[in-house]
Order: sequence, then C-alpha cells, then structure tokens
Amino acid sequence: MATKLMATKLMAAETRAKRPIRWHVGVFLAPAVLVYTAFMILPLFGTLQLSLFRNIEQSQVFVGFSNFRTLFGDPNWSVNFWNALRNNVWFFIIHMMVQNPIGILLAALLSSPRLRFTAFYRTAIFVPTVLSFVIVGFAWKLILSPIWGVAPHLMDFVGLKSFFTPWLGKEQYALTALSLVSVWQFVGIPMMLIYAALLSIPDEVIEAAECDGVTGMAQFWKIKLPLILPSIGIISILTFVGNFNAFDLIYTAQGALAGPNYSTDILGTFLYRAFFGFQLQVGDPNMGAAIATIMFLIILAGVCVYLFLVQTRLRRYQF
Amino acid sequence: MSTATRSLPRALGAHAILLTYTAIALFPVILVVMNSFKSRAGIFGAPLTPPTPKTFDLIGYTTVFGQGDFFHYFQNSLVVTVASLFFVLLFGAMAAFALSEYRFRGNTMMGLYLALGIMIPIRLGTVAILQLMVATGLVNTLTALILVYTAQGLPLAIFILSEFMKQVSDDLKNAGRIDGLSEYTIFFRLVLPLVRPSMATVAVFTMIPIWNDLWFPLILAPSEQTKTVTLGAQLFLGQFVTNWNAILAALSLAILPVLILYVIFSRQLIRGITSGAVK
Repeated sequence: MATKLMATKLMAAETRAKRPIRWHVGVFLAPAVLVYTAFMILPLFGTLQLSLFRNIEQSQVFVGFSNFRTLFGDPNWSVNFWNALRNNVWFFIIHMMVQNPIGILLAALLSSPRLRFTAFYRTAIFVPTVLSFVIVGFAWKLILSPIWGVAPHLMDFVGLKSFFTPWLGKEQYALTALSLVSVWQFVGIPMMLIYAALLSIPDEVIEAAECDGVTGMAQFWKIKLPLILPSIGIISILTFVGNFNAFDLIYTAQGALAGPNYSTDILGTFLYRAFFGFQLQVGDPNMGAAIATIMFLIILAGVCVYLFLVQTRLRRYQF
Repeated sequence: MSTATRSLPRALGAHAILLTYTAIALFPVILVVMNSFKSRAGIFGAPLTPPTPKTFDLIGYTTVFGQGDFFHYFQNSLVVTVASLFFVLLFGAMAAFALSEYRFRGNTMMGLYLALGIMIPIRLGTVAILQLMVATGLVNTLTALILVYTAQGLPLAIFILSEFMKQVSDDLKNAGRIDGLSEYTIFFRLVLPLVRPSMATVAVFTMIPIWNDLWFPLILAPSEQTKTVTLGAQLFLGQFVTNWNAILAALSLAILPVLILYVIFSRQLIRGITSGAVK
C-alpha cells in the first residue's frame, strides 16, 4: 500500500517535471507491431483492395465492384460460389449441432465430482485435435474406403453392415461425412473450454442448489448451463470462424476439386482454385481476392453479431 | 448414504460414455499405427488385429525412407516451428509487457488493434502475402514461412501474456526501479522468469497450428528444399495412393512426433486451457 502510494506520488512528480519520452515503450512494442502490420494487416487490406482491380492487358485496372458482379452473376463463377457457400453453411450447422453438444456432454461428465481417470480421458479425447489435417483426412479416407473394409467390418459387429456405402465417394453423403470427421477432430476444444467453465463454478453455488433439492440433470440444466452460456458463446464464434476459413481437411481428403462433383467444395477450396487455377482454368489473383473479401465479410459479420448481440446480452457472473 | 447408492450407477454411466468416446477418438490413430507394421496381406486380411509374427513387416517404412526425403522435411518443419515460436514468444512478451505495464496514449487502441488478428484469420490475406513474398524474393524460403507464422501467432500470444503480466506484483518491479535497474533489465530479469509457465502454455498453442499447417507451405514454399513435413506427407500420400504399406508407414511417422510431444506437454496444454479453473 505504502509503496503504491509512493509510486503514484513519484509518477505525479515525474509528470509535473515533464517526463522525457519513454523510448522503451516503443522498443517493446515495435517488433510485434511491425511484423503483425507488415504480414497480417497490410496483406489483408491489400487483398481487399486487389478485389477491386482486374488484370487487363498486363496492367491492373480499377474496375469497382465488377469482380463481385462476376462472382454473384456470371454462371461460370456464381454456380460454384453459391454451391461453396451452401456447403460451408451446412458444414457449420453440423459442427454446431454435433460437435458442440458432444463437447458439452463430455465436459459435463468429466467435471462430475469424484470421478476417477479424468486426466486420462481428457488427454485421450484431445489427441485428434493435435494431429495434422493431412493425417486426419487420410486416415479417415482409408478407414471409410471400401477397399480396406474396416468400416463395413466394424458395422458388421452391430449388424448394420447393409447400411455401409462409400460415403466419401457419394455426392449426397460426402460433405456430411467430412463434416463429421472434422467434428471428430475438434471436439476436444469445446470440451476443454466448457470443462474449464464448469470447474470455475464455485462450490457454494452447487451446495446451495443441493440444499434446495436441485440435483443431477435438473442441476445441470437450471444451475450450470446458464452459468456456462458465455463459454458456449465463445465456442460458437470460434467454430464459426474456423469453419468459414476451413480448407485443409477437404483438400487432403478430396483434393482441390473437392469431389465428387464439387459436392464437398467450401469457400476455402473455392478460393484456392480461383487463386491458383486447376486443370484447364488459369489462376486469377483478382477473383481470388474477391472471394477472400467475401470470406472476410462473412467472418466479420459473424464476429460483430457475437460481440454486439450475443456477448452484451449474456450476463457474466463474477465470483 | 442415499447419495452413495445413487451415484454409483451414475459414475458407471459416465465412465461408459467417456470410455466409448475415448475409443472413438483413439481408434483411427491406433488402427493406422498398428497396420503400418504389417505386410500387405496382413493389412487387408485382418485389419483389426495387432501385428503377429506372421504378418509383421517393415516394408512400408523401408519404402518411405527410400523414397521421400522425410528427414529433410522434418528438419524444415523443426526450423520453421522453433524459429517462429522464438519470435512469437519474444516479441509477444515484449508487446504484452508494454501494454500491461505502461500507461500511454492509445494503449487500449493498440491492444484492440493487436487483438484483431485473433478473430480474423491471416489466411484471407494470402493473395497479397504471396505478392509481397514474390516482390521481396522470399518465395520458397523458410524465412517467408517464419515471418507469416510469427504474425499469425502474435495476437493470441499478446492477449494471453498480457493477462499474466498484469498479475506480476508492482512492488517487485518498483523495487527494481528504485535499485536503478533499467526497464529492459526489469523485463528480462524480473518479469520474464515469473511468467515462464504462461509462456509454455502460449508455446504449445502456437506450435500446434504451425507444425500442422498445410496452406502456407503449399503456397509460399512448395519447393523440394523447403517442404515441411506436413506438405511432404501430403504429396507423398498423393503419389503412393495404391501402396498401402508406404501410406500407413508415412502416416505413422507423421503422427508419432506430434503424439510424443503432446504426451510430454499435455499437462501444460490442458492447464493452459483451463487456467485458473483447475482446483
């Protein structure tokens, strides 16, 4: 206390005596700000800017929103674009409907008092999350492959063999199957965040609930769930940003063409093809930039909805 | 008494669900590693059994080591990850210290500016990043990857580290100032050692996406000299679509280092995610 007071007095005295410029603040900030600005912020704005230009006879010409009109209106582009966007929305819906509820369920089970081996479960369930997409995509491709026959073999155990089809090869199933693989990979993240939130609920709250006869499932729905809503908000926005930025899993499992017949094409793979070209189409940086801009706007919209609508309405409980 | 009788079936149910999910989470990994040690006949004949003396075969591993230059790719990944990690931690800690320690005009704005990158993925700037790298001649160098990954890792590192830096006692720093230490000495000698545990957390968070990234190696450094292990594995898997021994061996080789690191650091990682909550 005394030192704090002294420090404030010292600071006040310093201010009066016209403090010299504190160079060390600049020195501490400069490297991070420089690298971050040069390789993240400027390229981001550069990309937004590039989307307003087009390469005409070897020079960049300002064309306004013409690239976006092409993207939305020209059938060569718009069919693929709307398809990728639709698929991406479905990809996100599956994550929200499957990944987050499973994550919450596992976290609720893990946080139950006096349960043993929780450290083991936590560690094991988080393993897929640390693996690279290349491993995950390929391993599942092998498992679901009808050539190897692991999946039908396993389904035979529970008598469901007749339901097996090569999911990744069928247009109507491929996207859902890949979304579920992605869910399998990332379920550890909501689990961990919700687990942390559940553990931080103070014992007094739980004891008070028990005194009032609220236990078991009722306790979870009425006491714990409202308290972890802010964490559910956070995992939702993390899922949103991650999903609308996804690329690697689809690319490793189905290639840049996101087959069969573009049925697994999402915005990330669409951007990659537009930017670099594939087979007969030549790469077009300006159209790539236009797609990246749309992705940026979608993610920005999601983040804004979260920050201004969700986060301000959720009450935070300070213990 | 009554709670004891009621909680036993509930505990059993919890264990049953958790065990089932653990099996689902680990099954593909175990399956791949197990089958990589088998002969082709063993892989297809009995995929679900562990290798027996009859089906044991290392042909997959010999193919992988004979074909792809995995050792070199591994080295590239290691250089990129370690260097990016070093810069993220150093620059991130310095900026976090400046933001949490000093009051200056624009402090909050600077904090928000640096936090932008947590929500907006760096990938969206790829088109311009590639142009920048072409203009500076950094395409197909590991430097390009290190710079991009440093920028990518900084926002979250600064955000987490400044939370921890705020907890370092002011008295200690002021004592240092009274003893005539410079601000740099205070940072490197007093503050950094105290936040070392949180640095480890940030390190794990930063490391995993860098090691696993496929996008930037594919776009910025696809040459043979600069391939990372993730890109190398991807291309290798593409080439050997029909050689199952080689594929399974390559997958196992890609899984094992990550898995070993994870098992060593999992305590750190989990403590970081649940920081402050685990009682």
